Amino acid sequence: MKEPTIVSFLCNWCSYEGADKAGNARLNYPANIRAVRVMCSGRVDPEFVIQAFIDGASGVLILGCHPGDCHYKKGNYKALRRAYLLKKTLKQLGIEEERVRLDWVSAGEGERFARVANEMAETIKDLGPLKLEV
Amino acid sequence: MAKPKVAFYWNASCGGCEEAIVDLAEDILKVVQAVDIVFWPVAMDFKKRDVEAMNDGEIAVSFINGAIRTEEQKEMVKLLRSKSGLTIAFGSCAHLGGIPGLANFWNRETIFERVYKGVPSIANPEGVLPKTKTQVGDKQLTLPEFWDTVHTLDQVIDVDYYIPGCAPPPDIIMDAINAILEGKLPEKGSVLAPDKSLCDTCPRAETKPEKISMKEIKRPYEIKADPEKCFLVEGIICLGPSTRSGCGERCINANMPCRGCFGPIKGVRDHGAKSLSAIASILGIEDEEKMTDEEVQKQIDQIVDPAGLFYMYSLPSSLLRRKKVV
Repeated sequence: MKEPTIVSFLCNWCSYEGADKAGNARLNYPANIRAVRVMCSGRVDPEFVIQAFIDGASGVLILGCHPGDCHYKKGNYKALRRAYLLKKTLKQLGIEEERVRLDWVSAGEGERFARVANEMAETIKDLGPLKLEV
Repeated sequence: MAKPKVAFYWNASCGGCEEAIVDLAEDILKVVQAVDIVFWPVAMDFKKRDVEAMNDGEIAVSFINGAIRTEEQKEMVKLLRSKSGLTIAFGSCAHLGGIPGLANFWNRETIFERVYKGVPSIANPEGVLPKTKTQVGDKQLTLPEFWDTVHTLDQVIDVDYYIPGCAPPPDIIMDAINAILEGKLPEKGSVLAPDKSLCDTCPRAETKPEKISMKEIKRPYEIKADPEKCFLVEGIICLGPSTRSGCGERCINANMPCRGCFGPIKGVRDHGAKSLSAIASILGIEDEEKMTDEEVQKQIDQIVDPAGLFYMYSLPSSLLRRKKVV
């Protein structure tokens, strides 16, 4: 069976590099994780996340630099607050909070990227595909 | 030359939009002088069959207010669409879904259970619920079907223009009517109001510091708001940053924060998501680098009902449109 799609927004400076690192190190992570490079996790508009769900994603993973490491100083703090508030809002709209996950992966953390990606894939597998009637 | 024909119709709405037309005061005389009102159920005695008897496109403009949530409303707006040159979504409910759109947190079954059985003031011992067909003796009574989901007007028929507001203010209505009469309309699909955010025109903008930081969230009833100060600075959530201006700052001038009835500015597809984003970015911005995850969550948890607040007027027009059906 086709695994439910997970869209991941990866920050250009840390997490995208981290994903690269995972690839270079030949670490396994699920093929149903689709990477979208963004300049900063703070650039991830809640609209993007909702649109991903509308377009058929069953989970959205937002990865940014560790707190204190943001290339733009404070973008990831905004991402943290937005993601938390968005999850609360989506829950009220009947979408499980676990379908959105925000985490931090630095450029050197290939292994961490693979671990977070695998965990997310597992979570979404357990929740099953998100079926929206829009 | 015959005067252009105009129709007004209402769907799931409160009647405030009809009031708004009457609120044109003396200007209504100018309107009546320039056009022929051929259909207006709330004020004039024309029937559906009168509209049916018209040729396609015979009505120059139909102003339709209210959200769409029943089969009858759908039938009426489809009829008006076919008879009209222009259809205009009039007011928040037709434009965005409006307050009736909050019903999209529930469905027909839960709404009926609550309204006809649950509310303390109802006496319905037999538990009768509205049905589309009821047999009474040898007669059959019918009611239009009530939908699970409230829709905006443009989800049901093709809409040419939008007049925003709950209810639209007289100057916005007159500007729109004049633009129609003079043939000076913008591109199809436009909202006939300024494309600026409310903060841009807010009378309190001058007191707004360069960097707004919200710490403690206050609900409007909890404090006596300073009538001069930016609401966000006082800790009251105001949707001004993400909402279209043109309302005349009626709420702000009554010392109440914006709740978004004019909808978003051009280019925004989800008013609630944008509002959420704006508020999350300034809530707890002070010392953000020192805060633990728990402290951040505590700060955000001060917002009791985020979906109801950020989507107060716009749930049916949002990307998700409604609470997910389980």
